[in-house]
Amino acid sequence: MLEINNLHVDLEEEEKTILKGVNLSVEAGKVHAIMGPNGSGKSTLSYVLSGRDGYKVTEGTATLEGEDILGMEPEERAAAGLFMAFQYPVEIPGVGNMTFMRTALNAQRKARGQEEMSAADFLKLVREKAKDLKIDADMLKRPVNMGFSGGEKKRNEILQMAMLEPRMCILDETDSGLDVDAMKLVAEGVNGLRDAGRGFLVITHYQRLLNHIEPDVVHIMSDGRIIKSGGPELAIEVEENGYRDIKAEVA
Amino acid sequence: MALPQAKQDLTEARLAGLERPDGAGWAVAARDAAVARLRETGLPHRRDEYWKFTRPETLTDAQAPSAALFDTGDEAPIFETLDCVRIVFVDGVFDPEASDDLALEGVTIERLAEAQHTDIHWARDLYGALEERGQVPVPRTLAALNTAMASDGVLIRVTGAASKPVNLVYNHRSESSDAILHHVVKLEEGAELTVLENGPAAARFNKVMEIDVADRAGFQHVRTQGRDHERRAATHIFARLGQESVFKSFTMTANGVLTRNECVIELTGDDAVAHVAGACMGDGDFHHDDTVFITHDAERCESRQVFKKVLRNGAAGVFQGKILVKEGAQKTDGYQISQSLLLDEDSQFLAKPELEIYADDVACSHGSTSGAIDEEALFYLRARGVPKSIATDLLTLAFLAEAVEEIEDEALRDEIVTRLEGWLSRRRG
Repeated sequence: MLEINNLHVDLEEEEKTILKGVNLSVEAGKVHAIMGPNGSGKSTLSYVLSGRDGYKVTEGTATLEGEDILGMEPEERAAAGLFMAFQYPVEIPGVGNMTFMRTALNAQRKARGQEEMSAADFLKLVREKAKDLKIDADMLKRPVNMGFSGGEKKRNEILQMAMLEPRMCILDETDSGLDVDAMKLVAEGVNGLRDAGRGFLVITHYQRLLNHIEPDVVHIMSDGRIIKSGGPELAIEVEENGYRDIKAEVA
Repeated sequence: MALPQAKQDLTEARLAGLERPDGAGWAVAARDAAVARLRETGLPHRRDEYWKFTRPETLTDAQAPSAALFDTGDEAPIFETLDCVRIVFVDGVFDPEASDDLALEGVTIERLAEAQHTDIHWARDLYGALEERGQVPVPRTLAALNTAMASDGVLIRVTGAASKPVNLVYNHRSESSDAILHHVVKLEEGAELTVLENGPAAARFNKVMEIDVADRAGFQHVRTQGRDHERRAATHIFARLGQESVFKSFTMTANGVLTRNECVIELTGDDAVAHVAGACMGDGDFHHDDTVFITHDAERCESRQVFKKVLRNGAAGVFQGKILVKEGAQKTDGYQISQSLLLDEDSQFLAKPELEIYADDVACSHGSTSGAIDEEALFYLRARGVPKSIATDLLTLAFLAEAVEEIEDEALRDEIVTRLEGWLSRRRG
């Protein structure tokens, strides 16, 4: 599904290398988790994959089902099936949440050569999906993320994911700023989307999210590289001993 | 002080190029007085402080610069599907064929060109009167020129709640047309009227609308100015508001090489409300100037000015807005915001917000900003699959929303939003 080979990335504005040769392969139907200390390059990886400005790929490749995504515009990546749930979802005054989601959904369908979804069908679908995430009608009507609590913003991200049905989902520190109940709700939303055709990359600082979204593979990232990969037990090891032991072990 | 020779020359040249319409006693007197006002101060000159940001030459020259006609393609005129009394002018000339009967219950509508021949007319106390009041403290002599030389216009007197809006349509069919129209609207106590205006009007258009809003009366005004690129316009609104009256005006402008919209409002009765808003977007040699002067001369009045401009490819936007709170106008609530969205570094926005307050118990605020598209929001939309051009349009509409929301009537607001979306998508090409 998602193949990353020897990815090197610099910051565009300053002479600084963030990713120093990342190798990662996420198969369809699997959940991979990336854990790592602050500044290890986890979020940069998600930004680079989703196409945010400010980064320069100096070496390596990233493909989604064989297609090079690094040369694509952000909207092309989305239409190709890539979705990133933002760590900090953006508030957009003046743009209604529903208008936003319908515009996004239909733009993706159009890019894929599919027919646009009618207003009635869209409304039915969004109401159904919103209900599962306990998103009320008022949140749908308001401008995008305006006045939403931290938990509401993250639930809104998952709602978009459910509406857009991407093939590859990246969750960037989706647990940050969430209390246990909100985290459970978000995790249920994600788990509901797990299926054989979809891959997940869950980026997180703490192990606690992984109690709710159980990963198949856990990677430890440090200083711009993946330094160790393993099963879910690796996350528990980090939780108990911190990153220091693993760093020492591979050094 | 004697008028500088340059001003005197340009004023006389302009007057010489125009034909004074004849009429009966009251109209002749009003026009004579206006000529005297004009000669005393002279037409605006580029060294005038009030014209610091907008060059007036092409508005004052004896000869109007020509303006190519613009094909709007399959776009139907706005407001066309609304039930209105429609009054059509083509290059400033009344078009009886295209106009409805000037009949509406509770409303009398006449043409200035006809009414000026009657000896006694209600408009005699208003025609040019509000314009004259508006000459102090800042001269607005293009409006005095208008009072003196207007070839036509409509005189509307409202005694009840009008059942439908009056729609003034200005078509542009001649590349060299130079139109001067003067409208007078008088709302009697408790009366209500909506006036809609649309169309590019002429190669050069000078328009004045004087509106007298009596106690507890309500006036709503929605206009669009578009989409001819080369047209020029100087428009003035002069309004006087009585006790507990409401005045709301919204203007949407697209394209146009030069537009100066002045709005002069006097709140003379307690608890009156005046809202003026504008949304405009322009490209290239577009120049749009909103100049607003609101005087609070009564207690507990509310005024709002909300102006938004979207500029790109070197377009220029100007906002000069003033709130004057006179002595004794206690509990005044004045608000003013002017903002521009600059889509590139070549475009510019010049703003001169002013407050002048002589009462001690008032709440007045003003703000002015210039900014680019929010990159974070743009990326968020694109990351969800919205192409950059559509995402930019969504954010542009969102930027203009605060001004558009000033339109109270939902059906009219929807008309404007639909038109804006259309204009944005056409621009996207």
